[in-house]
Amino acid sequence: MCDPDDYFILRLYVAGQTAKAIAAFDNLKTICEAELKGRYEIEVIDLLENPKLAREDQIVALPTLVRKLPAPLRKVIGDLSDVERVLIGLQLLPRSKAETFRSPI
Amino acid sequence: MNHTEGNKQDRKQLAKSLTGIHGFDEITNGGLPQGRPTLVCGSAGSGKTLFAMEFLVRGATDYNEPGVFVSFEETEEELKTNVSSLGFDLEDLVARNKLFMDYVSTEPGEVEQAGEFDLDGLFIRLGDAIDTVGAKRVVLDTLEALFAGLPNPIILRAEIGRLFRYLKSKGVTVVATAEQGAGSLTRHGLEEYVSDCVVQLDNRVTEQTAIRRLRVVKYRGSRHGTNEYPFLVEQNGISVLPITSMGLDYEASPERIPSGLPRLDTMLGGGFYRGSSILAAGTAGTGKTSLAAHFAAAACGRGERCLYFAFEESKWQIMRNMRSIGIELAPWEQQGLLRFHNVRPSVYVLEMHLVMMHKQIKEFKPEVVVIDPISNLLSIGRPPEVKSVLTRLIDLMKMDGITAFFTSLLAAARLEETEVGISSLMDTWIMLRDMETNGERNRGLYVLKSRGMAHSNQVREFLMTGNGMELLDIYTGPEGAKTGALRAAQEAKERAQALDREQEKQRMQRELARERQTLEAKILLLRSEFEAREDSLERAIAEAQSRADVLAMERLEIARLRKADEPDPPTPKP
Repeated sequence: MCDPDDYFILRLYVAGQTAKAIAAFDNLKTICEAELKGRYEIEVIDLLENPKLAREDQIVALPTLVRKLPAPLRKVIGDLSDVERVLIGLQLLPRSKAETFRSPI
Repeated sequence: MNHTEGNKQDRKQLAKSLTGIHGFDEITNGGLPQGRPTLVCGSAGSGKTLFAMEFLVRGATDYNEPGVFVSFEETEEELKTNVSSLGFDLEDLVARNKLFMDYVSTEPGEVEQAGEFDLDGLFIRLGDAIDTVGAKRVVLDTLEALFAGLPNPIILRAEIGRLFRYLKSKGVTVVATAEQGAGSLTRHGLEEYVSDCVVQLDNRVTEQTAIRRLRVVKYRGSRHGTNEYPFLVEQNGISVLPITSMGLDYEASPERIPSGLPRLDTMLGGGFYRGSSILAAGTAGTGKTSLAAHFAAAACGRGERCLYFAFEESKWQIMRNMRSIGIELAPWEQQGLLRFHNVRPSVYVLEMHLVMMHKQIKEFKPEVVVIDPISNLLSIGRPPEVKSVLTRLIDLMKMDGITAFFTSLLAAARLEETEVGISSLMDTWIMLRDMETNGERNRGLYVLKSRGMAHSNQVREFLMTGNGMELLDIYTGPEGAKTGALRAAQEAKERAQALDREQEKQRMQRELARERQTLEAKILLLRSEFEAREDSLERAIAEAQSRADVLAMERLEIARLRKADEPDPPTPKP
């Protein structure tokens, strides 16, 4: 599915040191260490410090994890406690293996 | 800015924020609840976004309240283009820091959810936007798009509840729009969170014509109109017609205003009452528009403003036709005293006409309104609807003391009979009719009713002359009422008879004079004869006397000579 040689640039948007923000960072770190060891970097952006970035990067929910690279851009929201969902979101796991999210509408 | 202006009796109840939307502030007694959220719901295309946008634009331009528009569906560029047709220059407002626009993109299926989340990102964006322009008003259009773009409705609901509490804490007046659901106000039950004020918009199509309606479903802590109010989306925004039932508490002016025809004024005992409603009804070609034009021209001549709704002819046609009978309307129009509004009745449904007319009246503020003809409007609605619309229109004008002049085309067979009983709404009813006799068609006018004034019961014939309508005396001699050539013939006959009588009189006067002359001549002659005779007789008498004296003297002398007894000397005659 994905090229193992790809280098991952990940951004985690949070608003201050909230419990969800800390949990999200910890979960992300764990997943990356397990799946992408040595080929990832994480940039944490605190929107409280730079609120304009929320608009520029179209952030609504927090925490939001954005895969800047490899393209295409992917977004995962939540505290990243559901590992399988994070992997699907980052396209490290084929979507067919898991039940995809369906909007209730 | 004082939000409670014009709303003093409600001040105790609730602070309100004027929307600036034409008519809406009237039905809500001062606008939306200040510092609280209002839900504007309706189906697609019902005008939610326009309503919300106008709320912000008016706030920014008229009430010095900057606003934030958060759009979940349309991008900034799309919005700017869409509302430019309403004359809103968003570009300029944004440049002057009066308006902040934020497009929140929530494309479905783009996002994976992995664990708990919140909407702090949106909160931060909103907070930043509000602080940037110092916003007092916020629009969320349409919040429900979040449900399509983000997973987990349970979290979303909780977060939306928190969002409204957050906005309340910011003290901003919020308009949140929502799509109408089947059998419920909104598809996702947003009314649960926004319970202060709910406005419903509707766009129904009946008989191929769309009617937009607005209803204030609830307004906590405030009196508000509960009916459905028709509204229009026009070149300069939304226009809600605030009237449904005005009641009958308007004042009645005793002032009379001329009809434009002095002889008609006489028939009415001095003209129409100001603020009354007048109906000029008649069959085709009886001069209804001419009468209306006289009235309009007279109003303008007094320096009053006249609004002329023409549903049958263009203003050019009316002005040309009236010029032919000597009524010049063009100068009044150039001076801005006369305004024409021409529209075909079929363009709108009836209620929309009412909204349009209401708006025109509010804008132009006329003293006098002409609706020519009302019968064309009547044909586009059902009778109860027509009556309700007409009642509202007349109430509206009476409230403002406007004198309304309606014309109505009647079918010849149904004279003195109006559909939907318009007559009961009219104060003065002038009938124009043609009278066909002896192969002639003559125009006649009479006052069928006129409330509160003594009025003539005569049917008056009138002519269309180069100087306008001219009321004539109708012949009402011993041979009955006559019109047209018959009247002329009768009048000629009477003139001839009168002439004869005059000549006879003069002849007799001359004869009398002649006789007197003759008699006097005779008297003169007799008198001179008499004088001549008198003269000669007197002379004879004098002669006789002197002869007698002489005789007496002579007799005395003889006696003395004869020495006869001296008789007593006779006493001489004196």
